[in-house]
Amino acid sequence: MKATNEQTVLERAKQALNDEFLRNAVKLTTEKLKNGRLSAAKQLGNWEEWRERARQIRQHTIAHLDYYLNQFADQARKQGVHVHFAKDGKEAVEIAIRIAISKQAQTVVKSKSMVSEEIHMNEALEQNGIESVETDLGEYIIQLAGEMPSHIIIPAIHKNRKQIAELLSRDANETLAPDTAVLAGYVRKKLREKFLAADIGMTGCNFAIAETGSIVLFENEGNARMVSTLPKTQITLMGMERIVPTWDDLEVMATMLPRSATGQRLTVYMSGITGPRRPDDGDGPEEMHVIILDNGRSLQLGDPEFQELLHCIRCGACLNACPVYRHIGGHSYGSTYSGPIGAVLKPALNKNVLEWDDVANASSLCGACYEACPVKIPLHDMLVYLRRRKNEAGAGLCSEKWMMKGFKVVMAKPHRLRAVLKAGRLGQMPLVRDGAISAHLGPLKGWTAYRRFPALAKPSFRERWPHLQAELKEKARRASVKEHVQLRLKQIREKRTKKTGGNRDE
Amino acid sequence: MKVSIMITCLADAIYPKVGEAMARILARYGIEADFPQLQTCCGQPAFNSGYWDEARASALTMLEAFQESDFVVTPSGSCAGMIHHYYLKLFESDEARYRQAEELIDKTYEFSRFLVHVMGVTDVGAHFPHKVTYHPSCHGSRLLGVKDEPLKLLEHVRGLELIPLPYAEDCCGFGGTFSVKMSDISGAMVSEKVDHVLETKAEVLVGIDLGCLMNIAGHLRHRGQSLRVMHLAELLDEGMGVTA
Repeated sequence: MKATNEQTVLERAKQALNDEFLRNAVKLTTEKLKNGRLSAAKQLGNWEEWRERARQIRQHTIAHLDYYLNQFADQARKQGVHVHFAKDGKEAVEIAIRIAISKQAQTVVKSKSMVSEEIHMNEALEQNGIESVETDLGEYIIQLAGEMPSHIIIPAIHKNRKQIAELLSRDANETLAPDTAVLAGYVRKKLREKFLAADIGMTGCNFAIAETGSIVLFENEGNARMVSTLPKTQITLMGMERIVPTWDDLEVMATMLPRSATGQRLTVYMSGITGPRRPDDGDGPEEMHVIILDNGRSLQLGDPEFQELLHCIRCGACLNACPVYRHIGGHSYGSTYSGPIGAVLKPALNKNVLEWDDVANASSLCGACYEACPVKIPLHDMLVYLRRRKNEAGAGLCSEKWMMKGFKVVMAKPHRLRAVLKAGRLGQMPLVRDGAISAHLGPLKGWTAYRRFPALAKPSFRERWPHLQAELKEKARRASVKEHVQLRLKQIREKRTKKTGGNRDE
Repeated sequence: MKVSIMITCLADAIYPKVGEAMARILARYGIEADFPQLQTCCGQPAFNSGYWDEARASALTMLEAFQESDFVVTPSGSCAGMIHHYYLKLFESDEARYRQAEELIDKTYEFSRFLVHVMGVTDVGAHFPHKVTYHPSCHGSRLLGVKDEPLKLLEHVRGLELIPLPYAEDCCGFGGTFSVKMSDISGAMVSEKVDHVLETKAEVLVGIDLGCLMNIAGHLRHRGQSLRVMHLAELLDEGMGVTA
């Protein structure tokens, strides 16, 4: 399925829900990754303390982002790196193209970078007649398919082995067996030629270390190391929030990122790159550029409801934990970033409230994302804030607005609620069969397509209360164990009263 | 000691028996709960949809209804979670209301937590000879941290065979207005949840949140399944009635 941006999230989700292949593929892999994370966390021990430490490091860094970005840029320049700041995707792409043209580059090999996807770097390179080759296996597959990644860590998570074999067979002009070793073998052979021929290596950046101006890459396939050692010129794309202050801080991140992403204790390769090749280095690029991208990130700074978004370390754990993502896959979200983090990032990065789609509604607010997040970003709260901001801007659904006005009127006064329940009981009479409603009517339509709706009870609890009260009085009088319980209640209340200053009951 | 029932709009309108069961269990321990008539709804449907003014109007009835209470007990982890997690934010610009919200938070308990942590009861002496599976609701377990309490209470019920629910921690797909606005996604989620419930071959599904239970039961009936769905308070009350 190829997603188009004109559709709503719900419309795209409906397509995905009818795609059994996609749902099974996503379910299988997210579950494997989720279980991997859980067992890695257990094996490490003290997971909650690690999470809290990681959160503190991110919080401190983002709170002082200007300082650490300057430090990083200064240190990187001292090492001979060309540091560029780009305010948006367009500027970042222009900088990269300028470098490529000045090098008369014909081929760029790339390791995995979500920022590159975010700013559509591949299209820009191709438009300028420069071949762009993704060298991460998953990215290579979706580049062939002409799609966006549908997962932050596993870009081709929505494809099964058979679909991948078909894609690669077309690329190879021969039939390849749907066997992992065969398929990976084909791509490896093909990419070797590209690595050797490429003029520019383009990487993402998992973390940038402010104290030494270094960039750090986590990967499993060794392709990022090839990309960052073979071509003469290296361009690294990084989001401006990727910074950590020191290598000591990286230790905590290196503990959290692979475990949260794939359940690995460490990825197969972890590269720390400080500047271009020195005279006595064995390999590395002769020239190195780092493009630091804002693209809406700085809009979060100072926003108490969204600054924590910048804490994200792009591990994808929230996607793997999310039951909505599992059913609808990444493309339904209609943006580079999918899942719970994508549902918040997509609107928040562009504070163009009036153009926001329904992505923030695509969550049951179950909180599984927050629970899985290694840096404790409260995504479930942020989704509610997004909904509120949309309504405040007058961009909410009209029908919902009137329903909520009604809610306010009714719920503000108990006698109105009582009257509405009474009226509702009369109104529902023609619809109720066996204590439930299954008619597909009005606002109930969405509900009754999948479920019966229970009828309003008669009497309601508040109507029944006067009778119940007499029964309870008698029961309580006859109770035999009351002293012990009463004593506990008294103690707990006293403890509480002391804590809050004791002014409540005076 | 004034222990008050926060009935929640859902139990008031649709599941009054759950409130009755809860009140009867408390009465058996000598707690004669009261029911402040001022209360309506915690405001969550409006709050989660991003209509905070509307949510505040409803939440105000809660602040006022329970001013005199020493303890507030509710048969919902989600509504208790709403109060615990969002009332301070909801009333942050009104100092007096903010203080009232703090007080309400301090005294508001989800039913099973009140039983276990406040009353100190894990064995209510109930008898319920059935195969039972338990769905831990997301807001109760994740927002409020009510995880072990319902299980402790169920473990002590005579004759009850507790069957673990596969993928228990997965959301049932309710999510309030989500179930209507994104009904296809919600439908896929509840369908998966019901598959897991049926896998257990349990006779009864029990939970601590009526939103989730209404959703799961609604889909069970939609599929023609008659498996019994009960709130924990109903199960314990019924089981206590047997021994009394």
